[in-house]
Amino acid sequence: MRLALREALAAFHRAPLLSILGITTIAFSLFAFGLFSLVALNLRNALREVEDRVEIRAFVAEGTSVEAIAAAMGDIGGFPEVARVVYVTQDDALSRAKQDLEEFRDVLENAFLPASLEIRLKEGFRDPVTVQAVSERVGVYPFIDDVRYGEEWVEKLHRVRTVAAVVGTVLGLAFAAVAIIIIGATIRMAVLARSREITIMRLVGATDGFVRLPFLIEGFAKGVLGGLLALLLTWLANRTIDQYFIRTAFFDRELALAGILGGALIGLLGSAFAVGRHLRRV
Amino acid sequence: MIRFAHVTKEYPRVGIALNDISFHLARGEFLFLTGPSGSGKSTVLRLVYADDLPTHGDVAVTGISTRTLRRGDIPALRRKLGIVFQDYRLLEDRSAEANIAFAMEVTGAPRATIAPKVSRLLTQVGLVSKATSLPQELSGGEQQRVAIARALVNDPVVLIADEPTGNLDDRATRGIFQLLREINASGTAVVMATHNLELIRRSEYRTIELNHGQVVFDSLDQPVTPEPSNTEALS
Repeated sequence: MRLALREALAAFHRAPLLSILGITTIAFSLFAFGLFSLVALNLRNALREVEDRVEIRAFVAEGTSVEAIAAAMGDIGGFPEVARVVYVTQDDALSRAKQDLEEFRDVLENAFLPASLEIRLKEGFRDPVTVQAVSERVGVYPFIDDVRYGEEWVEKLHRVRTVAAVVGTVLGLAFAAVAIIIIGATIRMAVLARSREITIMRLVGATDGFVRLPFLIEGFAKGVLGGLLALLLTWLANRTIDQYFIRTAFFDRELALAGILGGALIGLLGSAFAVGRHLRRV
Repeated sequence: MIRFAHVTKEYPRVGIALNDISFHLARGEFLFLTGPSGSGKSTVLRLVYADDLPTHGDVAVTGISTRTLRRGDIPALRRKLGIVFQDYRLLEDRSAEANIAFAMEVTGAPRATIAPKVSRLLTQVGLVSKATSLPQELSGGEQQRVAIARALVNDPVVLIADEPTGNLDDRATRGIFQLLREINASGTAVVMATHNLELIRRSEYRTIELNHGQVVFDSLDQPVTPEPSNTEALS
């Protein structure tokens, strides 16, 4: 292990340009993937924000007793899909409308708005089918006059979300595949540059595992360094966009760590693959 | 020590490199392998250190058939052998002593044993004063001595030398040959592939001549199928 570590470090020292090239290639490949992930993350956040607004509004008939409403609220609140049920009285509805529609304040002065139950759904239950099913279950209460949830809007949102998820997955996989291919080629160059050393090691009786270990350490180290550099570049890009263009969110600590570990894993697997392929030939 | 039994080696695009050859190398023996380029000398050596397997027949080294070796067993076989090439195959960025030590390190030799052994080997090959020199600072003969010292780190039972003097002048050739004789005298069998008929003529060692992948002369036996031009040169 000690020798493998020494050899891995010596590889950086002996061929600094090749090592820098390797780390930079890994960094830029991961940076491209990082930028894509950042766009995907912010798009997902934006969609989630919009999705948070999905709600079912059940209009309560005038004269319904408070007890009946409270009982219904208890029932509906117990539905597994439901996150929260709020009773909006006639007065609350009117004051909200005045607040939201400032320019129509005069018209709304003596208006009548019905009381309603405002039902928010849990995340994962905001698709059109579930929203409709919950609406139908809410609509069976005799004192519910009407149930609305913006059917068309919910369907459109769901379509956008589905398309975004599919496009995101396909593009993400494509970016990851390109990154892996480029990184693999770079690591293979490093292995080929040391093919003489590998041949000599094999001739003097080094085991495959022994030959492989320094390359795996080197690949892992390059992956970590490339991952860190990519994270720094992505952070700088995000900061610039956030400061000068639109507000954007950055990866949380877990995602950032996953990115670096992803780089390390690609470096490790790329090295294992390249050196394994080379060993089969010598 | 090494036994070739009806060995044929055929390469897909090249054709037959060895054609039904058989011979036996005894413990401590010195053997010259000679023959024109492409006659199969290097193929014989590659089959000995299990870099390749015979297409037909069997190659046994220290009693073990190379056919029965799994890939993971090959390092153990190679540690019983020392291998030297015409082009030395030294690591250019490491000193003579580091090149020798490297061969011990990669085979997991205890750290405490490395320095004394390297020192002893440098003395044996006459390069103590060049211990810290890089290969490019050494002459061809000196580089080959480093390569020989490296080949001896595991105390091999057989030293395989593939044209070790091919790149050297007469003086260096004589020096390397003398070194190989000394190594042989200490009990290590030596198989030396060479074109150098002068060396063969001046020594008393057994010689096998190959041509077109066949043994055409073995000084131990009667000639198999003597070819006038080559055997005349040897006799």
